Amino acid sequence: MHETIMTSPSRRSLLKAGLAGGFVLAFHMPLRAENEPNQPPNNPAGQFAPNAFIRIDHAGKTTFVMPQVEMGQGVYTALPMILADELDADFSQVALEHAPPNDKLYGNPIFGIQATGNSNSIRAFWKPLRIAGATARAMLVQAAASQWQVDPASCTAANGIVTHAATGRTASYGDLADAAAGLPAPTDPPLKDPKDFTLIGKPLKRLDTPNKTDGKVIYAIDTIVPDMKIATLAQSPVFGGKVAHVDDSAAKTVPGVRKVVVLDDLVAVVGDHMYAAKKGLDALVITWDNGPNTQLTSNDIWNDLRAASRKDGAIAKSVGDVDKGLTQGDRYDGEYELPFLAHATMEPMNCTVRLTPGACEIWTGTQVMTRVQATAAKAAGVPIDKVTVHNHLLGGGFGRRLEADMVDSAVRIAKEIDAPVKVIWTREEDIQHDIYRPVYRDTISASLQNGKIVAWKYKVSGSSVMARWFPPGFQNGVDIDAVDSAVDMPYDIPNRQVAYVRAEPAAVPTGFWRGVGPNNNVFATECFMDELARKANMDPVEFRRTMLGNNPRLKAALDLVAEKSGWGQPLPPRAGRGVSVQPSFASFIATVVEAEVDSNGEVHLRRVTSAVDTGIAVNPDTIMAQLEGGLIFGLTAALWGEVTIDKGRVLQSNFNDYRMLRIDEVPNIEVHVIKSSEDPGGIGETGATAGPPALRNAIYAATGVTLRRLPIDRAALAVNRA
Amino acid sequence: MTKLNINGESHEVEAPNDMPLLWVLRDLLGLTGTKFGCGIAQCGACTVHIDGKPVRSCLLAVGSIDNRAITTIEGIGATETGAKVQKAWLDLEVIQCGYCQSGQIMSAAALLAANSNPDDADIDAAMAGNICRCGTYVRIRAAIKRAAAEA
Repeated sequence: MHETIMTSPSRRSLLKAGLAGGFVLAFHMPLRAENEPNQPPNNPAGQFAPNAFIRIDHAGKTTFVMPQVEMGQGVYTALPMILADELDADFSQVALEHAPPNDKLYGNPIFGIQATGNSNSIRAFWKPLRIAGATARAMLVQAAASQWQVDPASCTAANGIVTHAATGRTASYGDLADAAAGLPAPTDPPLKDPKDFTLIGKPLKRLDTPNKTDGKVIYAIDTIVPDMKIATLAQSPVFGGKVAHVDDSAAKTVPGVRKVVVLDDLVAVVGDHMYAAKKGLDALVITWDNGPNTQLTSNDIWNDLRAASRKDGAIAKSVGDVDKGLTQGDRYDGEYELPFLAHATMEPMNCTVRLTPGACEIWTGTQVMTRVQATAAKAAGVPIDKVTVHNHLLGGGFGRRLEADMVDSAVRIAKEIDAPVKVIWTREEDIQHDIYRPVYRDTISASLQNGKIVAWKYKVSGSSVMARWFPPGFQNGVDIDAVDSAVDMPYDIPNRQVAYVRAEPAAVPTGFWRGVGPNNNVFATECFMDELARKANMDPVEFRRTMLGNNPRLKAALDLVAEKSGWGQPLPPRAGRGVSVQPSFASFIATVVEAEVDSNGEVHLRRVTSAVDTGIAVNPDTIMAQLEGGLIFGLTAALWGEVTIDKGRVLQSNFNDYRMLRIDEVPNIEVHVIKSSEDPGGIGETGATAGPPALRNAIYAATGVTLRRLPIDRAALAVNRA
Repeated sequence: MTKLNINGESHEVEAPNDMPLLWVLRDLLGLTGTKFGCGIAQCGACTVHIDGKPVRSCLLAVGSIDNRAITTIEGIGATETGAKVQKAWLDLEVIQCGYCQSGQIMSAAALLAANSNPDDADIDAAMAGNICRCGTYVRIRAAIKRAAAEA
């Protein structure tokens, strides 16, 4: 922990004097992971440190070590709330630290590695952190009781103070730290009854936001280390291409350019500042050996995927007899297709590297601490334990920072120069060298009898991100992420089958993107549900309700959103409401989007309403914020998101041609949080998944046009289309 | 040497005239609160004020500024409007990842300085140049109204 608040002039003097990069502290929280202690963080000298997450010093300062990373989703408030509630700590005195890389101490219990993703930070750490807090509390209470020679059960704890009411004695956690450190940890400390929570369930203010209003927060891209140079890079515009030749004569005349680094797969220009680096890069004449993909187009990739989707898939789920069920009643078929997407985090990819003999130090913002450490070690050619990773608050993650490619290239560039270097990607590199959300194709067949679905045969075709990123998640031909929210779709259907065809797109790297597998499956499922409702001549909400008998939480969310959204009330011509429901990430969410389609086919959002049962809402305001933002993230993709390929290159390059929703396109969004005593569900990705099908169904209601691909095809919606 | 007036302080920097103010602030002066987002004035993350008006610093040549007053996120809290905007941002918990928020706050402060009671259309017009990937727009709209009401 560092108490110094370093203001901007100090940072300037740092630059001038070349002194060690300072620290910034916001609201009891270090924003820069400098000077990680060398000793294991779970056992620092002179502190009560009963586990890897909690340290209490003699002054009573309570430090929580955060195993998951903060990228806007609010875990740097919610996780401390869980710890502090069971610990009965004084929440206003809590300090936070980023965990160092250590899978053993800080691995996500669901993944087994230190990874933040899949909307599971709260789900994964709910129990472990409650136990960690309760353990520490029990030891502190025991320490006080021993000193006072009273029964620990006769003591209470609150706000970092143990009290023995009968004798009026009190002791602070700081005073008790030494004594508690000498006690054995209880194996099974009692956890609070939820009715006794003092913090959990309250809309507390976030711990990470105050310094995000005044420029003091330090993201990885803001790293300053002594004598640092700044570099920017160009990778082959054609997937898989290599550098053939570089003419750097013009670049070297750019003032401030220090070096041109030419590697097998990239070229970087190193300068005194980003302007020199960028201008130098623009002045290079690079000849690429484009390799085998120069003819690749989006059409090729779609044709390959469509062909693959006609194969039999690996069976991921089977209930009843789906083929027999399909012969009963009226049969309908649908195919849905989703495009490649870029993540476009607002903070472009970056990594700062300092190499010293036998060691490597990196500053970055990552969702995978230990993976970037291993990647840096390999690239630098040093042992893993010689790599120090300084993680930061992330300027957006969305899955992009589950990858380590930006660390690998930065270290390889750093090896070519004699100074620390901050490598910053331009936005163009970021969009054109992303690890993209895969293209997916879903084929569904269903039969309908008396307003109910008798059989549902569902097949997902697409890339297996798991097979590359987390091989245990790809078994017997099934990618568990790719079928997530398909195998557990919420409706009561007696005959059901889900299959998966692994189909890797040529040349294009694929990765996780906010909403992951459910993004695809909720879209296809909920779109087809609306089409079936229309075939059954039923209202889409009522049609779903009749088949949600086994999902009371989702049914309740659907009923609430119908009421709050004004479902069924009259709308102007070419305006419609669309609904979607989802059980994804262990949260039960129903969403209604109201949209209007003008005569040119342009879609205008009018209103969005969601109802969510996410179990115990650790911080209800964060739940609302995540849904508001997630819905916009998903609606952005539905309305605009598509990465296309021609001649082996990505055609989009920046926000001018890879469009984001802007404030003037966003309507009011209402989120209703349903009170629940179930264990918490995930929330960070749920809005991204909920928005697109509800929008598509609103357009279906407004126009009658059956869209089965994203992004929305305006031409198909225009009144007088050619 | 180029003389600049930033947040009420005089600075001298050695920079080519065509160097964008963004990189002067970040890489020469260590004022990293102003963010790089796109480099082509599409996202607004780099918004600063020049004589109180919002400007995208990623395309603003440092040699064109002369002695006009530059205000950055590090200095906006010293203005009455800026402080109100910052407070409203926290009161309504606008921020998620926060990377775009320097620019959002600078655009909002400029709007409120010029129009003390903006309606939705005014807000949309003034803020449409600022992209937020986390999708905090609904709260931005509410926070601008909150800050206006504090006036």
